[in-house]
Amino acid sequence: MTPDLPDILTRVRAALPAATLAQLRNPGPSAQDSLLVAPDSLVSVCQFLRDAPELAFDFLSNVTGVDWPVPAKADAVAIPAEGTPPAACGFLEVVYHLYSTSRRVGPLVLRARTLDREAQVFLPSLVPVYRSAEFQEREIFDLFGVIFTGHPDLRRILMWDEFMDHPMRKDYVAPDDYQYEPTPHDAVLEKAKQHYPAKSEI
Amino acid sequence: MISNPSIPFATNPALPELDEDQLLHVSLGPQHPSTHGVFRMNVVLDGETVVSLKPVFGYLHRNHEKIAEGVTYLSSMPFTDRLDYICPLTNNWAYAHAVEKLAGIEVPERAEYMRVITAELTRLINHTAFVGFFLGDMGAWGSALMYAFREREKILDLFEDLTGARMMSNFMRFGGCRNDLPEGWAAKASTLVNEFPRFLDELENLIIGNELLIGRTQNVGAVSKEALINGGITGPMLRAAGVAYDIRKVEPYGIYDRFQFRVPLGSTGDCYDRMMIRFLELRESLAILRQALDQLPEGQYVNPKSKIRNFKPPVGEAYARIEGPKGELGFYLVSDGSTNPFRYRVRPPSFINLTLLEDMCLGLDLADVVIILGSVDIVLGEVDR
Repeated sequence: MTPDLPDILTRVRAALPAATLAQLRNPGPSAQDSLLVAPDSLVSVCQFLRDAPELAFDFLSNVTGVDWPVPAKADAVAIPAEGTPPAACGFLEVVYHLYSTSRRVGPLVLRARTLDREAQVFLPSLVPVYRSAEFQEREIFDLFGVIFTGHPDLRRILMWDEFMDHPMRKDYVAPDDYQYEPTPHDAVLEKAKQHYPAKSEI
Repeated sequence: MISNPSIPFATNPALPELDEDQLLHVSLGPQHPSTHGVFRMNVVLDGETVVSLKPVFGYLHRNHEKIAEGVTYLSSMPFTDRLDYICPLTNNWAYAHAVEKLAGIEVPERAEYMRVITAELTRLINHTAFVGFFLGDMGAWGSALMYAFREREKILDLFEDLTGARMMSNFMRFGGCRNDLPEGWAAKASTLVNEFPRFLDELENLIIGNELLIGRTQNVGAVSKEALINGGITGPMLRAAGVAYDIRKVEPYGIYDRFQFRVPLGSTGDCYDRMMIRFLELRESLAILRQALDQLPEGQYVNPKSKIRNFKPPVGEAYARIEGPKGELGFYLVSDGSTNPFRYRVRPPSFINLTLLEDMCLGLDLADVVIILGSVDIVLGEVDR
């Protein structure tokens, strides 16, 4: 059963007047509309969604990141209300899919966005509300570079600890020497020539 | 047992103050035969008792999601087989289900039946193999697994007839399946389904009353219902604790609302319950298979309107999930209107079911850790992606 978003919006606004959130429309056939929540009210909104008995969204199923270098593309996938100013620069987005196990309602799609993709990549961690976010937020930190403030153990999870970049970002360039090959492919060698100085002849 | 979900982190009240000099740090894995693949746990021990346990992933990481963003929608289909390589057909279905939701594609009735039949056969494979591996974890290495693999091989023969491959099936397509059932396949499947209960009786007789098994699994690794839901645990692990949450019932995808089957529930959620849930689910899968094979209609095996070349779903996003043998297997897709997905995300049940591994193991012996890990039922192809 899909959740009734306008009803949820009014309930959240009545309980938390300070919370900033807006409904975004999904143009696709799935019609899974979402709620855009401001980062500073994310934890309180989720706490309310979990604890309010008439909502009871007790199960955070999926947490994932999306990299939007071009903000207009994000607005095409999740269409904001008329008159909303577009974001000034690209951002990282975290998408949450919530379900209610007792009421059998879901998915309730929440989204939170960072201010930009370089310096202001902070979002509050949902681990104090939903423990299931623990590894998934670590994965988003690892692959997208979103820093979750308040996460108890924010380390890389899939890449190795010394790795420097965030490979799921759209502008990530894979290294040429990702794999030791005794007889490298021609294409890899050709690509490597663009980055490395030519070897001196001995 | 952790009962308060508002304290999200594992604490061990039995061991208030520990002398750091007395603690032993053990790196369990990544090549330990009972860690189900290349999986490592950094365990801190006080004598035999586990004080801290941190799982380490990523040895099999190949960034499946990034690769999928670089290819067309259909090109990811064979790659989903490699996620949970014990059950490729449910992975296929979950992905096809998500793309169908994203693009609004109808599935013909015969294809839905074929999907249910293959998915339930996959569940038979997964749960029998689970029992074999689980006993292997307990030291009964070999015998139980060979019994399970003997039956699994019969199902894999059916899959080979149907898809051309034992394991890497690449069978589902958006709007149906790749090919129709070969002649006589349904009859062979019916024979297998009718013979399977005899094997189950044999296996259950050999295993479930065993005193050693009961001693090692009962009251081991139980976590409260609330903590399990809060921790995102799904599938047999959740139902073993008594939470009636099966996506086939809660949100019937495909044609699951047409079948009569029960959702087995455990009471305590310990490792014994988790094993018994799998045994009981096998019987229910057989019930679904019998009904599906009886009702199997004639018709199209794929929607002829679904495009293969130049397939471009409309702009939008979709999250779809199915009840995989290991738990909730979901796919989240974002389409920007091009031939490749803009974002492709797998919600892997094995990965998220490990969230509470530390909570389950704290205060128990090191030998119990291996059993608890076995009872979670993970596949590293899916954990690391």
